[in-house]
Amino acid sequence: MNNTTNRQGVTRRGLMQGAAALGAAGLILPASMRKAKAEPQRGGTFRVGIGHGSSTDSLDPGLWDNLYVQVFAAARHNQLIEVDNEGQLIPEIAESWDSDDGATWVFTIREGVTFHSGKTVTPEDVLASLNHHRGDESTSAIKTFFDPVTDIRVDGRNIVVTLNAPNGDFPYLMSDYHLAIMPETDGKIDPTSFDGCGPYIVESYEPGVQASLDRNPNYWKSDRAHFDRVEILSIVDSTARLNALMTGGVDTIDQVDPATIGMLEARGTANILSIPGNAHYVFPMDSRVGPFSDNNVRLALKYAIDREDMVEKILGGHGAVSNDNPIGPANRYFHADMEAKTFDPDRARYHLREAGMDSLDVTLHVADAAFSGAVDAGALFAETAAQCGINIDLVREPNDGYWDNVWMQKPFVASYWGGRAVEDQMLTTGYASGSSWNDSFWEHERFNELLVQARSEIDEDLRREMYHELQEIVSFEGSVIIPMNNNYVMATALNVATPERVSANWNLDGFRCVERWWFT
Amino acid sequence: MHAVLKMIAQRLALGALTLIVVSIVIFSATELLPGDLASAILGQAATPETLAAMRAQLGLNDPAPVRYWAWLTGAIQGDFGVSLATRRPIADMIDARLGNTLFLALYAAALAVPLALVLGVLAALWRNSIFDRMANAGALSAISFPEFFVAYILVLWLAQSGYFPSMVRLTPATSFGDKLYMSFLPALTLTLVVTAHMMRMTRAAIINLMAQPFIEMARLKGASPLRIVLRHALPNALAPIINVIALNLAYLITGVVVVEVVFVYPGLGQLMVDSVAKRDIAVVQAIALIFASAYVLLNLTADVLSTLTNPRLMKRG
Repeated sequence: MNNTTNRQGVTRRGLMQGAAALGAAGLILPASMRKAKAEPQRGGTFRVGIGHGSSTDSLDPGLWDNLYVQVFAAARHNQLIEVDNEGQLIPEIAESWDSDDGATWVFTIREGVTFHSGKTVTPEDVLASLNHHRGDESTSAIKTFFDPVTDIRVDGRNIVVTLNAPNGDFPYLMSDYHLAIMPETDGKIDPTSFDGCGPYIVESYEPGVQASLDRNPNYWKSDRAHFDRVEILSIVDSTARLNALMTGGVDTIDQVDPATIGMLEARGTANILSIPGNAHYVFPMDSRVGPFSDNNVRLALKYAIDREDMVEKILGGHGAVSNDNPIGPANRYFHADMEAKTFDPDRARYHLREAGMDSLDVTLHVADAAFSGAVDAGALFAETAAQCGINIDLVREPNDGYWDNVWMQKPFVASYWGGRAVEDQMLTTGYASGSSWNDSFWEHERFNELLVQARSEIDEDLRREMYHELQEIVSFEGSVIIPMNNNYVMATALNVATPERVSANWNLDGFRCVERWWFT
Repeated sequence: MHAVLKMIAQRLALGALTLIVVSIVIFSATELLPGDLASAILGQAATPETLAAMRAQLGLNDPAPVRYWAWLTGAIQGDFGVSLATRRPIADMIDARLGNTLFLALYAAALAVPLALVLGVLAALWRNSIFDRMANAGALSAISFPEFFVAYILVLWLAQSGYFPSMVRLTPATSFGDKLYMSFLPALTLTLVVTAHMMRMTRAAIINLMAQPFIEMARLKGASPLRIVLRHALPNALAPIINVIALNLAYLITGVVVVEVVFVYPGLGQLMVDSVAKRDIAVVQAIALIFASAYVLLNLTADVLSTLTNPRLMKRG
């Protein structure tokens, strides 16, 4: 086992390009923040108001699904591997990892880390934490990650994971927020426990209301966790959230309503952070049924949407046009030079004719549950499509039950993706044949073959080519319209400092604002 | 006295019967919600396998009547079971929230009831005067705006200027004075929303009575207008006033979800909305039953009190 070379090979391979792409996407930070390079300081109580959270939130890591529980989890737990603010993998509970063939992965567990309860973190704890998401009885949302895993075992200080086929990106999956390392008893973790080895210790928690945490005095990272105390508040109403920030009730809020950003900036009492990432809004079409089974119809619809206008009106400019590409600018193999689709009525009509139609009638089902502004986005789409001879009948669905009764049930709907750090993870989850989240029920032979090849391809250039072709296939033959990448828009009080680069992989600095930020 | 006890017993029995019927309605209604708890918990992450595993885990495969009976017998003993979504005992989840909701309701009532009575009596006394018109116009405008609008106006005037917090954070350690201070804006919003109804009922009831012969007699005997209203008219107007107060109190307990959302107030309404969204049927049913009990009990109390204040109703009862 050649630990050093291989590990470096994995981390360095292509990750620098990922970081470069991230830089190219550009971070829109206020001038005052860009200058602030002061050393982080200890102290203070950091209060963050989050637009999610519900009294039914679960402590079970397999069920974490909203920003509130994600930030709360990042405050008390560590994972095996962390994605840093440049998009690179860095060691967390695994101090190194390594594979000879891409199919057998060895993670070496860091020594001397303790849980809040005082128990030392052992490879057995890690094994139980991973196994919680595996097997027939598991209800975990990321159960499919472990489908290719044939075996996980403890070997001294190591955890050895065996896959049924090589996957160079497997360590990325181990950075997933669901994979919190928790203490085991009898080979199982207690999914209702707060106990973790993360930066803060839970003092009190009321689901859907608030959590208070104190700094973990034994935290193993010496350069993190700058606040003495953290309070995470659930403020679902966007106006109430904004009020809380403006009246000093909280220090940071997420999901700032695009309509209010200008007002907030004009007041000068808060900094706006607008972070471009991989998150995107989508309109999947069921490719199994007509008229969407005809790629010409799908292309006609893709040319009938005004992407620029969408970004301007739905995102308030805080986002970017997407070319029906689920891979975003923060991904390392992002294909930036694809032929760009613009709003083009002639081209849309041309594709309609190719499909043997003079005009097209389709029904689009939307609700703001899909993404905030989805109903307006649908109306905007219907308006531009009408100029192309396409009549979109917009049906507004209730938010309640949207994911059960509309998404993947009706043929043409609105939806969203948080984006993924790894191309393979994104394309496999959303577009591979038979994947449970392939919400357009799309089957493409060449795509499926290439996806498996790219996963285990070692040659960097070849791999990039493959991923570029995969993106082209999805963009021009896929059954999903992706008009825009939405930024993560947050606002902070003026005394809150962040690292120069804020993570683009997830909202609120990759959920880790409580660990990485400080007061000036 | 015997008649009073008999009347109260009758009303209580009727109330209990109402609650049983309500419990059946609540149970059937939650059964009709689209989707089930398993798919709601898993949301976008639901796959057929995880759904099946979750359903089996939650015991959702039993027939409805079996689940109803188990639930009802538990609820009667004060045991609402555990939340299906979080596995926490429902009694614990509701405990603090119910306390908060009752606190806010009583706070608002303590402001609104005296205010409404005084305004109503004065408006009746100075009928058609400038004061009467102003009080009516003010109360009617306050009730005409949607609650969230009233709330946001108060936030704009009183919170952004720094007088009161826009967000209510209650912990067991919060002192009573702090509680009063932090909850002032939501309580004031509710006061503005419910005062008009009670005030106008008071005014109408008293004006109605002022035309009665016994008031005329009091007036001829030379009693002062204030004495006539307070001693002769008000006690006779209590029945309808108590009714409208009870109705508004019930509203303060059950209908304040919007106010809770705006002020981030951790009350029962928010818990109910969350639980409906997640199909946490057990919690929804428990809260609905509590809300129904609040309505039935308050109406019962109003009924009994207004009967006691009116001997004529007593005889019929």
